Amino acid sequence: MSSTAHGHAASVGNGHDAPAGHHHNPGFIEKYLWSTDHKMIGFQYLFTGMAMALIGGFTVYAFRMQIAFPGMSIPGYGRVTAGDYNALVTTHGTVMIFWVAMPVLIAALGNYLIPLMIGCDDMVFPRLNRLSYQIFLVSALVLISSFFVEGGAFGGAWTSYPPLSSKSQYNLTGVGSTLWVVAVALEFVAFLLGGINFVTTVMNSRAPGMKLWDVPIVVWMIVLASILFMASVGPLVAGAVMLIFDQNFHTGFFDPVKGGDPVLWQHLFWFFGHPEVYVVLLPAMGIVAEVITVFSRKRLFAQRTVIMTAIAVGIISFFVWAHHQFVAGIDPRMANVFSVTTLIISIPVAEMVFVYIGTLYGGSIRLTTPMLWALAFIAEFLLGGVTGIFLGASGADIYFHDTYFVLAHFHYTFFPIAFIAVFAAITHWFPKMFGRTLNETFGKVHFWGTVIPFNCIFIPLFVLGVRGDHRRIYDYRHFPDSMQAGMQDLRVFATLSLVVLLAFQVVFLVNFFYSMFKGPKAPANPWHANTLEWAAPSPPPHGNFPEGLPTVYRGPYEYSHPDRKEDYWPQHIAPEGA
Amino acid sequence: MIEQYVPSASTFSPDIDHIIWLVLVITGFWFLLAEGVFFWLIFRFRARPGVKGEFITGEKPHEKRWVTLPHYLTLIFDLWILVVAIKVWTAVKITTPPAEETVRIIAQQWAWTFVHAGPDNKLDTADDVTIVDELHVQKDRVYHFELTSRDVLHSFSVPVFRLKQDAIPGRVIKGWFKPTLTGQFDVQCTEICGIGHGVMPARIFIESPEDHARWLKGPANVATAVPPSAPAAPATPGGTK
Ligand code: HEM
Ligand SMILES: [Cu+2]
Ligand SMILES: [Cu+2]
Repeated sequence: MSSTAHGHAASVGNGHDAPAGHHHNPGFIEKYLWSTDHKMIGFQYLFTGMAMALIGGFTVYAFRMQIAFPGMSIPGYGRVTAGDYNALVTTHGTVMIFWVAMPVLIAALGNYLIPLMIGCDDMVFPRLNRLSYQIFLVSALVLISSFFVEGGAFGGAWTSYPPLSSKSQYNLTGVGSTLWVVAVALEFVAFLLGGINFVTTVMNSRAPGMKLWDVPIVVWMIVLASILFMASVGPLVAGAVMLIFDQNFHTGFFDPVKGGDPVLWQHLFWFFGHPEVYVVLLPAMGIVAEVITVFSRKRLFAQRTVIMTAIAVGIISFFVWAHHQFVAGIDPRMANVFSVTTLIISIPVAEMVFVYIGTLYGGSIRLTTPMLWALAFIAEFLLGGVTGIFLGASGADIYFHDTYFVLAHFHYTFFPIAFIAVFAAITHWFPKMFGRTLNETFGKVHFWGTVIPFNCIFIPLFVLGVRGDHRRIYDYRHFPDSMQAGMQDLRVFATLSLVVLLAFQVVFLVNFFYSMFKGPKAPANPWHANTLEWAAPSPPPHGNFPEGLPTVYRGPYEYSHPDRKEDYWPQHIAPEGA
Repeated sequence: MIEQYVPSASTFSPDIDHIIWLVLVITGFWFLLAEGVFFWLIFRFRARPGVKGEFITGEKPHEKRWVTLPHYLTLIFDLWILVVAIKVWTAVKITTPPAEETVRIIAQQWAWTFVHAGPDNKLDTADDVTIVDELHVQKDRVYHFELTSRDVLHSFSVPVFRLKQDAIPGRVIKGWFKPTLTGQFDVQCTEICGIGHGVMPARIFIESPEDHARWLKGPANVATAVPPSAPAAPATPGGTK
């Protein structure tokens, strides 16, 4: 158990599995695989998330190629059958959300940043933390294994609606669909354990002097996201158990013939699924707040408002779920209620974006690579946000529901969240994580090579959605109205843009791994930032703050303060004369 | 905007196009304004040697109004959109004009079965016309549909009508439409329903009363005799039919 709850400097690095005081050299397994150090667990999540992103990227490559060049044998995959197509789409969506966005944004960054940013030596429950990662790893392996069982991987979409998902005679992937549910349920358990840890740690282990408003926004956001996750996932875990029963023991929770109701699953899924969108959005917003304040040398505009709006978003997100079900056969009068709540939630979200834009006013803006990513997040997410209004407006959603318009909309939110904000985070905290510096030129090449193709993929998909293309279709040649002039060209253009985007990720990987070992050494605080992680050495040793745990004297964003010569004022520096 | 690409062929499709257009104008305006301000700020406040950033907390009332004002504007425009959206929704999905004819639509893996009432205009009689993957309707006639599924979820979608409704096994879901254009168009299944989801196309034939009467007399032949309308000419009807 960590001793930081007691506060003061003497307790550095105490009380972990490894005996304190004398440093014995841990073996490879103990250091990298069996560690309880929050930073190592953060890395485990980060690298697992990156590996899973390769799967998410490869699957989208394969199924997009099939759309653009139907029937072709795809280099690196082969022929994509109708069944393959569904399995690839399902895996892509499931992996990107549950095994990339969640682990990287919440678990990797939460684990790495929270103790450093609140100035303590580790999580409150380090072993629970280790268990959380191990369960997560098992969940990923279970999901991957479903590709190799009889019938192959589940292809009923990431939403897994029964009766398709509940009966093997319908989905033809009896084992695969059970493995899918089991994997998702295990993953939820892993994040529940992690969430308990985050919340408890931030409640109990903040550095002396750190009041709630002094906690950096990214920590606030990760904690709020964890609470949101924990509060919304319960019903879906229950639903998952019912689904496993329906699949394997022929119960009838979702089977109308046996008195069940398939729509029940949709309520359970989206009661979780919509808050889930904010579970990944909030940490991304937090990252962006950290980066734009550092690189515009500005205090966050109306900092308290950001936290208030985040709390408001969290609460309202529990009342919007059925906007995914306007045309699903629910009482049509209910749609009006959910249309109202959905447009209401646009207000705090828009407000957050206004605050970020306002922060730039009066700044001294440096367009470093992390800053480019953070700014791109705002620019792109705005489009994701406004297109959501079309779908929240029930009358318009009748047309757009389950078309590529919806798809492009949510990728304009998810891609900025899961990739653009994550790249902002990685490039921002890389010097801290690895004690070395990334190459800026490579960073910028990667930035433009990602952001431009991203728009070239999804703008055409908006157009296709407006023109009526519906989702999860492996070959549009069966639909004459979807084969009118220009439509296939748009599909090809989007797919080629994807190939370009994927190719540019090589630049990132090279820069990342090369710099990790060979990059120029980074100082402790290369960006002249205020928050506590920059008070620790780069990289921080076990126990984080070898010179004693810091004490906090001010808020996290006191940049360009008139009372100070330097344009930053770290949280842990004692005021003069104190 | 949409009707340039996808013909508008039901009484309520212009209303749906209108709400989409309204949302486009409102959100488009604010989107462009926000992006404009955003890029201008980045340019205007780029780092210059010797110029320090300003210290602005944004907590003072005269600063905060830059957030509260857009806040209230968002609210007002949200309300405007909501009122129109709910009106359209109510017209399409809640209120129903009296039926002139009723069709039964049965979805299954992976085909649509359409039961037409036939000459006596009554379902469940001997002269019902039941066909797979072809729905025949008359222009300017109010249809009710009874939608159901034999197995999994499907969704009955007719883009030219701007109409979409999920089909649920064990339930009969009712809805309506009134076609306003003749021609033949795609019917889609817009809920994933298994490996054949991508090959579940059907066609809707909207006919003049005379053509429709001719079709009723000899269903098999007339389908092809109806000239495809405007841009909906089948470009590459992939191999299934
Ligand atoms: C390179 C970036 C990406 C591209 C080009 C891409 C493209 C696509 C496309 C074309 C589909 C729809 C396929 C279909 O309906 O037939 C899809 C589905 C989906 N994507 Fe992505 N995607 C990308 C990244 C992401 C990310 C980062 C996330 C989430 C964090 C994500 C989440 C999803 C989800 C949830 C679905 C729905 C899957 C389903 O229908 O079951 N995607 N993606
Ligand atoms: Cu179907
Ligand atoms: Cu389908």
